[in-house]
Amino acid sequence: MIDILSKRYYYFLFSLLVIIPGLAFLAIDGLPLSIDFTGGSLLEVQFEAGKSPATEEIIAVYEDAGIDDAQVTTTETGALIIRSSFLTNEIRDQILTAMNETAGSEANVIQFDSVGPSIGAQVASRAALAVGVAALGVIIYITLAFRKVQNAFRYGICAIIAMVHDVAVVFSIAGIGARYFDWQMDALFLTALLTVIGFSVQDKVVVFDRIRENTNLLRKLEYEKLVNHSIVQTLQRSINTQLMTVEFLLLALALFGGITLQEFAVILLVGLLSGTYSSIFVAAPILVLWENQEWQTWFGRGANA
Amino acid sequence: MIRNLTNRIILIVVVLALALWVDFSSEIEILNPVTDEPLLSRNLEPRLGLDLQGGLQVLLEADIPADQQIDSESMEIARDIVQQRTDALGVNENIIQIAGDRRIVGEFPGLADTESVLATIQQTGLLEFVDTGDFSPEPGTILVTDYSPTGETITPSDPETVVYRTIMTGADLESVVVSQDTLATSYMINFTLKSDGAQIFADHTSANIGKSLTILLDKQVISSPIINDAIIGGQGTISGSFTLDEANAFAIQLRYGSLPIPLKIVETRIIGPTLGADSLSKSLVAGLIGMTIVALFMIIYYRMPGIVAVISILIYAAVAFAIFKWFHFTLTLAGIAGFMLSTGAALDANILIFERLKEELRNGKNLAQAVDQGWTRAWSSIRDSNLAAIITSLILFWFGSTFGATIVKGFSLTLALGVVISLFTAIYVTRTLLVVFIRAFKPQDYDRWFGI
Repeated sequence: MIDILSKRYYYFLFSLLVIIPGLAFLAIDGLPLSIDFTGGSLLEVQFEAGKSPATEEIIAVYEDAGIDDAQVTTTETGALIIRSSFLTNEIRDQILTAMNETAGSEANVIQFDSVGPSIGAQVASRAALAVGVAALGVIIYITLAFRKVQNAFRYGICAIIAMVHDVAVVFSIAGIGARYFDWQMDALFLTALLTVIGFSVQDKVVVFDRIRENTNLLRKLEYEKLVNHSIVQTLQRSINTQLMTVEFLLLALALFGGITLQEFAVILLVGLLSGTYSSIFVAAPILVLWENQEWQTWFGRGANA
Repeated sequence: MIRNLTNRIILIVVVLALALWVDFSSEIEILNPVTDEPLLSRNLEPRLGLDLQGGLQVLLEADIPADQQIDSESMEIARDIVQQRTDALGVNENIIQIAGDRRIVGEFPGLADTESVLATIQQTGLLEFVDTGDFSPEPGTILVTDYSPTGETITPSDPETVVYRTIMTGADLESVVVSQDTLATSYMINFTLKSDGAQIFADHTSANIGKSLTILLDKQVISSPIINDAIIGGQGTISGSFTLDEANAFAIQLRYGSLPIPLKIVETRIIGPTLGADSLSKSLVAGLIGMTIVALFMIIYYRMPGIVAVISILIYAAVAFAIFKWFHFTLTLAGIAGFMLSTGAALDANILIFERLKEELRNGKNLAQAVDQGWTRAWSSIRDSNLAAIITSLILFWFGSTFGATIVKGFSLTLALGVVISLFTAIYVTRTLLVVFIRAFKPQDYDRWFGI
């Protein structure tokens, strides 16, 4: 039987290597929150080829309307995305008219979002609450589901640690995406994040369930061997469910699904992969580490398991 | 291996037939064979979300300090009024919904002319009938009145300002119609009051004949007729030299201008139709490609059970789509993603069972035992893991509905429902079909049939 657990500290190291760069970007650049959470507006317009006004001209138009924080980016298709603070409908009309005059051509509005500052702040606080409630629901649920197993709460805590790991991976990806691909954290990002949490827990439950079953069947076995045995038994299922089905579906969505869902699909893809990875390489090793109380040896003889 | 196999098959066939019927009809009507009257009729046109067909979404919020409670009845009335106002514009399929306890979300699919909708909604007219005594102000004048939506007393900053008394608000109007006067030279407006309003109006008009009764919309004078007679019984007429258009416009303001709470627009989203159409076709293609690869994988890896799983997933998709159609779910991009993920959950249940089945076969169990054990042993994992997914979906749904975030709502709803339906297909359909297949083909060589 493959020995997965003995190399556990390497897995922890690998996780850190994935998590740290993105989080570092977030720490340096700040959270790339979209207007869904901060309030503000996004206007995407397309002009006839060659008639797009220059960035300075657009910023001037916005300044004439009393908005002095406009930022302009151009998409691959030549459309202009202009981000600024909250625009009322009157000001939007005024800006569009002025832009049309400058360009000498009628702008085609592809997308316009405008979120009031108060609503954005409320969405952000509710979102944090939603994540918190989800985490709490998970601890309670796992503790209840495993109440007949010795040290039931350990399973709950390990699931939460692994969940935090998955959330960190998702944020890390978002940080990398924000730095290199101009991604933003919007309502869809939040949806992806909560889905990752839900499925991460789902995956932990499957692995833990096998440990629960084996605890009764193989009483004599050493705990580490028992957990290793359980992981190997569920490995085929983890690979098949994750790589072969969910990831294929999401990969298809990311590659062919159009830009609106691309970012969402990529975040889900990485997040769900992390959810499966962390069941085997984070949650289960921590269970063993806890059982062996390995932290006693960490500082005495260094971290080598 | 299974008792009542025939009953199970009949149930599955009936459910599938019903689902396919709903899936492929745009309208369903069942007539009573005796009287020929429709017993049941339901329009099943799929409703596309804004992200798929383009359009306008606005989020309105009660313009009242956050710490003040708003009763749900007022929100309900405000919703109805916004609905009526925008209906009157001739917009198709507009959906106005209450989101949380102080917001209303309006969706106008496929709409290009956003200005008129916004203007109509933003006309958050609060209609007041005000006693202005002998003073008959010009239309357009702004007056200060003693009415406030929250019932607090208004004290103007400048003590010189005259505060007029509001006799009643538009909430007391029952109906308003436009009619022509006897000489057919101009138009007038006939209105009927609700019983409370009728009493107040009767008392006021009988005591104030010859005085002005000024009508304000959002504190702005729209008309200031003089009371000619006492109006008893709650029916009155506003005459003046109105043209037909003026009278109609005035009647609309009277009818729909009576919002119980002021509303302000806190969020606007416009999605161009090209972006939506592009996303729809691309996501559908993406879904098909993904599903095909997954089906191939399942069949190659799990052989006979794989084929069973694919059939079972197809049944799942047919049932889920029928339920979405029947309950008029709005189809959104996020909803499609949620549906694909729940398909993943459905496959996961199948994979859990098949892996168990293979394990039991490898341990030397016979086929019947292995099938039974596969299901019993995998059940606790399937149940517990799917419950966890449902819990998070519910939290997401709650979050989405408070903020009119229809994307989040659509995603969580399709995900949760999909997971529930997938449980049914994994436990019931896959198992039944597998037994049918085993009886039909009587596999001996497990290696070939089950891919051990």
